[in-house]
Amino acid sequence: MIALSDFLILGAILFCLSVAGIFLNRKNVIILLMAIELMLLAVNMNFIAFSHYLGDISGQVFVFFILTVAAAEAAIGLAILVVLFRSKRTINVDDLDTLKG
Amino acid sequence: MGIEQFIFYFFALVMVASATMVITVRNPVQAALFLVLTFFSCAIIWMVLEAEFLAIVLVLVYVGAVMVLFLFVVMMLDINIDRMREGFIRYLPFGVLVGLLMAGMLISVVGSVNFGLDKFAEPARHAADYNNTRELGLVLYTKYVYPFEIAAVILLVAIVAAIALTLRRRPTTKYQKPEEQIAVKRDDRIRLVSMNSEKKK
Repeated sequence: MIALSDFLILGAILFCLSVAGIFLNRKNVIILLMAIELMLLAVNMNFIAFSHYLGDISGQVFVFFILTVAAAEAAIGLAILVVLFRSKRTINVDDLDTLKG
Repeated sequence: MGIEQFIFYFFALVMVASATMVITVRNPVQAALFLVLTFFSCAIIWMVLEAEFLAIVLVLVYVGAVMVLFLFVVMMLDINIDRMREGFIRYLPFGVLVGLLMAGMLISVVGSVNFGLDKFAEPARHAADYNNTRELGLVLYTKYVYPFEIAAVILLVAIVAAIALTLRRRPTTKYQKPEEQIAVKRDDRIRLVSMNSEKKK
């Protein structure tokens, strides 16, 4: 018997790992995008676990939409990254200081 | 320990370990490959939760499309990994602290006190002929058909945006213009000049 809390704890651990990853790899935009994907995966895990334990398929529909939006986000993010590298020859966050922020 | 529990705990362990590798490994290519492993083990855990359609979609869409896109971009860009790693050690204690703090808070909320087996009993398994894809389609195309259309529009916008962003016109490249070549008239190419004949010296 696997309790609902086991799945939720797994999702929570995954979410915290990706938050820690954003802190650790704050210079590398590619790893930051990967950490965001991990975060969305952790949220999806919660949705599917609740969908299973509450017997409501709507949770899986939400996961479907989150997957769609995440795929679109990854595609546009990587396109921006490629354009950025083309014009600046770097993707280091520290070098992106044109606006003096 | 039943086979389901064994599968869950084994792949949960694989998932947490590979997610840790994603955020700590040096090489972005290795990070992308570890992310693939994370997605695979997550798909297997979703299978345990009887979400077969989404598990397959996760493998097809994420591993097949998004992660290949990531790998392409990582390999196309010539990045200096050593400069990227600056500050990793410096931020390590802070990152670990924030991660542990958040994990402690989240687990204290979603732990077995609130969501244990006594609060949420494990539901009965579906029959062998239960079709998860069919059940999902039944609500997706009726109750959620409008969000479904919006999701399609979002994907279209993503396609257009990604192509428009990365499309590059080099000003130095020479192009033929067939429509102008065809529409050319005699007067555009030939100029008749009337001039007096010159005397031979």
